[in-house]
Amino acid sequence: MSVDKDTVNKIARLSRIAISDAEADKMVGELNGILAWVEQLGEVDVTGVEPMTAVIANKLRLRDDVVTDGDVREKVLANAPAREGSFFGVPKVIE
Amino acid sequence: MTDFSKLGVAAIRDGVANGEFKAVEVAEALNTRVANAKALNAFIVETPEKALEAAAAVDADRAAGKPLGKMAGVPIGMKDLFCTEGVQTTAASHILEGFVPTYESTVSANLWKAGAGMLGKLNLDQFAMGSSNETSYFGNVISPWRRNDGGNAALAPGGSSGGSSTAIAARLCPAATGTDTGGSIRQPAAFTGISGIKPTYGRCSRWGIVAFASSLDQAGPMARDVRDCAIMLEAMAGFDPKDSTSLDLPVPAWEAGLNSDLKGKRIGIPREYRLDGIDDDIAAMWDNGIAWLKDAGAEVVDVSLPHTKYALPAYYIIAPAEASSNLARYDGVRFGLRDLPEGSGLQDMYAATRAAGFGEEVRRRIMIGTYVLSAGFYDAYYTQAQKVRALIARDFEQAWASCDLILAPTAPSAAFGLGEKTSDPLSMYLNDVFAVPASLAGLPAMSVPGGLSKDGLPLGLQIIGKALDEQAVLNAGLAIEERSGFTAEAGEWW
Repeated sequence: MSVDKDTVNKIARLSRIAISDAEADKMVGELNGILAWVEQLGEVDVTGVEPMTAVIANKLRLRDDVVTDGDVREKVLANAPAREGSFFGVPKVIE
Repeated sequence: MTDFSKLGVAAIRDGVANGEFKAVEVAEALNTRVANAKALNAFIVETPEKALEAAAAVDADRAAGKPLGKMAGVPIGMKDLFCTEGVQTTAASHILEGFVPTYESTVSANLWKAGAGMLGKLNLDQFAMGSSNETSYFGNVISPWRRNDGGNAALAPGGSSGGSSTAIAARLCPAATGTDTGGSIRQPAAFTGISGIKPTYGRCSRWGIVAFASSLDQAGPMARDVRDCAIMLEAMAGFDPKDSTSLDLPVPAWEAGLNSDLKGKRIGIPREYRLDGIDDDIAAMWDNGIAWLKDAGAEVVDVSLPHTKYALPAYYIIAPAEASSNLARYDGVRFGLRDLPEGSGLQDMYAATRAAGFGEEVRRRIMIGTYVLSAGFYDAYYTQAQKVRALIARDFEQAWASCDLILAPTAPSAAFGLGEKTSDPLSMYLNDVFAVPASLAGLPAMSVPGGLSKDGLPLGLQIIGKALDEQAVLNAGLAIEERSGFTAEAGEWW
């Protein structure tokens, strides 16, 4: 499988990363180089092999159903680039 | 007057405990060394006041007769991937420039509780993505090492924990934290002639560490010898309910358990790691390592890890896939950089912020990850890679039937020059060929100095152990350390 410039632009859109035309051109070659190299995984016989989900066997724990945090609004908002009162500010979404 | 730059973790801890010197004296001396080493660019932020404050608290505790922690009085460097309350944490990225956490990572909190102090936040590859520390927004870290050809070519300190490796090799600090996703503790340790261990996945809490690839990320210590690594790993490790993959197991007394007598241990030599065209210096060092472990009483056996050649390509699907998901949080809304072009809406803000805030390698990996997880390609790439990962883990399981530990080189070469591999991402990725398999299998693995190359640069030997058997890994590392006679240090040119 190889990618063309339209695909690169689509991936950039899905990734929410703005790219210029020149960057997209450059990325076509780079992504194809990397993808051609990872294709070799296709030659491995994986019949009957389950995809790995946990590298060290470990059960997901359940914790007691009690409130363990909260009431830290100032901390949550401390690094907001555009705080508005006690909210995160964002550009207008609905016209 | 003691030269504190020469002392390791154990020596500082014991000297402070015995009253030979004050913790504050050590902190002052190392603060000065850090301040005078700007040419190495190892630190993004220096925190001399933090080092002094922790040291003063240790001195006060000792004066009051209170018990001292495992790392009492030891000033360390903190990789800038660990969130530190009130101190900027950037992951060496522009997107987190100015981010000041309101909480402390579990691992760093454990270290402060053990009496360590912070000299500063160490530079790294951006979001820990890189093998040479050339992807940091805050500039390259320069290795203190130089080739013995009389030139002064700037060399890579390895990556991603390149600030950590440089600071320790340059004797700015006795130890530092590292994190290892696909070799980021071991390869920089090898490049700079120091030691470092990645423990079993789940030993150290990931809570408060800026996430790269969560199924692989694991913190560990880097220091100038094996004992110091054992001490610091004890302080870092432990169960943490805030990390769902944290192992609920007691922390072994690794330092007390150190024993370099390897009688009864079988060391596996994986034939697939002996690549065609292997570097002569690396092959010779590996042979020396085999001889040293035999001398320590171990039996050496051939083993096969048949899927080794597929580890790197599997890693370069799995790690970017997880990164693309983890890094989705950088949206310009809640923290970090925001780039809002005039008149643009929310979607444009996301795209502009992420284009401006992520470096080239990070953007590349997010896009690869997005692609391999996208509809129509998920099974062919991601599911296939996770199946291959299961086979790589199974290779190790089968090898453990005939051996207890595996010995291999850490990296395929000595340190390369800055700029030598930046034009070709693939050639950079290939530097992690020996480090990645243990990461994919979640196994403990350590790099210790194995000798010098013809160019006078350090080379690392890697020991891989069974899950949870850090002790055997450390013991074999100690056996090598006692026999290698590695005393070389980087000359102080900075």
